[in-house]
Amino acid sequence: MKIYASYADSVLYIRLDGEMDEHNAAAARREADKLADGYAHSSRVIFDLKNVTFMDSTGIGFLIGRYKKFLRLGVPSYITNPTPSTDKILLMSGVYTLMPKV
Amino acid sequence: MNNYMKLELAAIGENESFARSAVAAFALFLNPSLTELSDIKTAVSEAVTNCIVHAYRQGKEGDKIVIECRACLCPDALHGTLHIEITDYGCGIDDLERAIAPFYTTLGDEERSGMGFTIMQTFMDDFSVESERGRGTKVKMVKKIGIEAADEVEKRANA
Ligand SMILES: Nc1ncnc2c1ncn2[C@@H]1O[C@H](COP(=O)(O)OP(=O)(O)O)[C@@H](O)[C@H]1O
Ligand SMILES: [Mg+2]
Repeated sequence: MKIYASYADSVLYIRLDGEMDEHNAAAARREADKLADGYAHSSRVIFDLKNVTFMDSTGIGFLIGRYKKFLRLGVPSYITNPTPSTDKILLMSGVYTLMPKV
Repeated sequence: MNNYMKLELAAIGENESFARSAVAAFALFLNPSLTELSDIKTAVSEAVTNCIVHAYRQGKEGDKIVIECRACLCPDALHGTLHIEITDYGCGIDDLERAIAPFYTTLGDEERSGMGFTIMQTFMDDFSVESERGRGTKVKMVKKIGIEAADEVEKRANA
């Protein structure tokens, strides 16, 4: 799993690329949290999931964990471009109630 | 036509991706749709991850996971059934009913969501768990393949 960040008009975009499972979540978590500390002045953060080729329930824990981290810094989180299978998992677990889909 | 495979592998995180890909490759025998394949991969990933993070919490040399799959392809080759059994010889689960409930997790501080069993249940057509404290856990799942495709053919035939 790779993480790419871009920043424009005070919006931080975090794009996740590859497979999100328990084994490779730890590195993604560290990188995303580093970005959170570096971009704490953002007005919001948008997680772009279009290149997530696989995700299990690890993704739920990962996204909610980052939501909490950004919230402590005063930055609200959003999700965009989930694939149909990612969407199914995020819908059933209620993630969109915390991180709306945009 | 029937098909069978048995896979025994070390309970290490590196094998999570291998395990779900191996079962998906075996399932190709049943001509699944992309959605069916992705459901199978997700459910297998949940069960295998549970063996690694929960059953073998301490993680030692020799911890193993056994995956058995039986596939049955109907003569029309349009639909079939995949039976998957995933077994560990780890700590076992004391209260199964509570463990299966949505959002229940014993590892909340490690960002586990407690949705693993719920995902296995909703993504597969049949699901059951057997467990014994100190002996291990066996998850059994069934996925019916090609139901949509078979329905489609029937609809066209009747039209
Ligand atoms: N193979 C297993 N061996 C022992 N305990 C397990 C096993 N699988 C699941 N559990 C227990 O059931 C709980 C719920 O599992 P699950 O729904 O996958 O959620 P999570 O893995 O996020 O905790 C786990 O927190 C754990 O306590
Ligand atoms: Mg789990």
